[in-house]
Amino acid sequence: MTARAGSLRLRGTGLACVRGGRRVFAGLDFALTSGEALVLTGPNGAGKTTLLRAIAGLLRFEAGNLDWQGGDEDLLLAEQVHYLGHQDALKPSLTVAENLAFWAAYLNSGQSSAAAANTASALAAVELADIADLPAAYLSAGQRRRLSLARLLAVSRPVWLLDEPTTALDARAQQMLANVLQGHLAGGGLIVAATHATLPLRHVAELRLGQAA
Amino acid sequence: MSALAAVLKRDVRIAWRIGGGALTGALFFLAVVALIPFALGPDLALLQRIGPAILWLGALLAALLGLDRLFADDQADGSLDLLLTGPALLELVVATKALAHWITTGLPLVIAAPVLGLMLNLEPRGMAVVTLTLLVGTPALTFIGMIGAALAVALRRGGLLLPVLVLPMAIPVLIFGVSSANAALVGPMSFMTPFFILCALTLFSIVIGTFAAAATLRHGME
Repeated sequence: MTARAGSLRLRGTGLACVRGGRRVFAGLDFALTSGEALVLTGPNGAGKTTLLRAIAGLLRFEAGNLDWQGGDEDLLLAEQVHYLGHQDALKPSLTVAENLAFWAAYLNSGQSSAAAANTASALAAVELADIADLPAAYLSAGQRRRLSLARLLAVSRPVWLLDEPTTALDARAQQMLANVLQGHLAGGGLIVAATHATLPLRHVAELRLGQAA
Repeated sequence: MSALAAVLKRDVRIAWRIGGGALTGALFFLAVVALIPFALGPDLALLQRIGPAILWLGALLAALLGLDRLFADDQADGSLDLLLTGPALLELVVATKALAHWITTGLPLVIAAPVLGLMLNLEPRGMAVVTLTLLVGTPALTFIGMIGAALAVALRRGGLLLPVLVLPMAIPVLIFGVSSANAALVGPMSFMTPFFILCALTLFSIVIGTFAAAATLRHGME
């Protein structure tokens, strides 16, 4: 988190995606820099998830150009991105701490071994430290969501791609999420979030999808 | 490296926890081998003669049993997305997952083989030979099967597709596994000739399986 250059920039120009032969969106432009958040809105099927997955490198853009500047030169954009999808990527038979420790070790492999300390503080930040030894199978939907959010805290990456981050979170957890997101922006990070709710953030740009189709 | 170690540790741990598939294959193996003497009748000489073939068939079918979970679980809960975009090379991640799968499903079969050999009236030498061929041959089954597991995930059709895809490719392994065991026990061929071909098949499938499965998963992301 510390030595992050102030000028990260992610800019998409004329982006288009095709899924199953159907053009989901085309001619999409956006730009955001360090400390900014972009909220994607639009009706179901407008391509919010598709855009997030394409930025994460899980899908290909059919056309257009995604430009990423200021990050680590040795890493691909996909390796500097956290993707928080609909699914929580948790194994029910592993405990809360084991689930988080695995992702921290896997995603952090290039860097130093401060992972263990990070996972403990990340669990505390999402208020799951008390049930760290409980198998993930017993978690509620909101607790699962918070545990996958802890992954973003345990491993430092500049760009966060969030798909419906507020799903299943109660009022208290939504406030916690807002604090976490605000902290990431304050540290110079970037956030692209798809949501139907309003995120309680300052400096939010909005990108509406779904008119072009 | 530490990323791969984490994957190995996680997969082995999940398989051994409640609900994991570690011993399913070994139990299936036991069931197949235990039932065959009842079907064939108590002809000890016959059992001894076809014992290696029965053990190999049982192991082949048992190895197929857990394969569909190799990638399907990770796809269902979203882990596969994160594994694919992680910092480690996908080929290495896939090979590590196959190794973990072999440790939890293939290795128990190898360990169970001498015990099950008792039921088939195999002499100690026969048990040793069959166990050795299984030790060398079962990794080939896992890595070949991984191609099918990756295809099942990429095409989003699990179940029946996997055995249909995998069985034909597993036939050479079966042929040379059984024939090297028989060569050692009955002759007249030297044991080493088919055994070296079995070794070659295993090395070949480790390479092909790894690259094919990684390529399939990459393509299947779309």
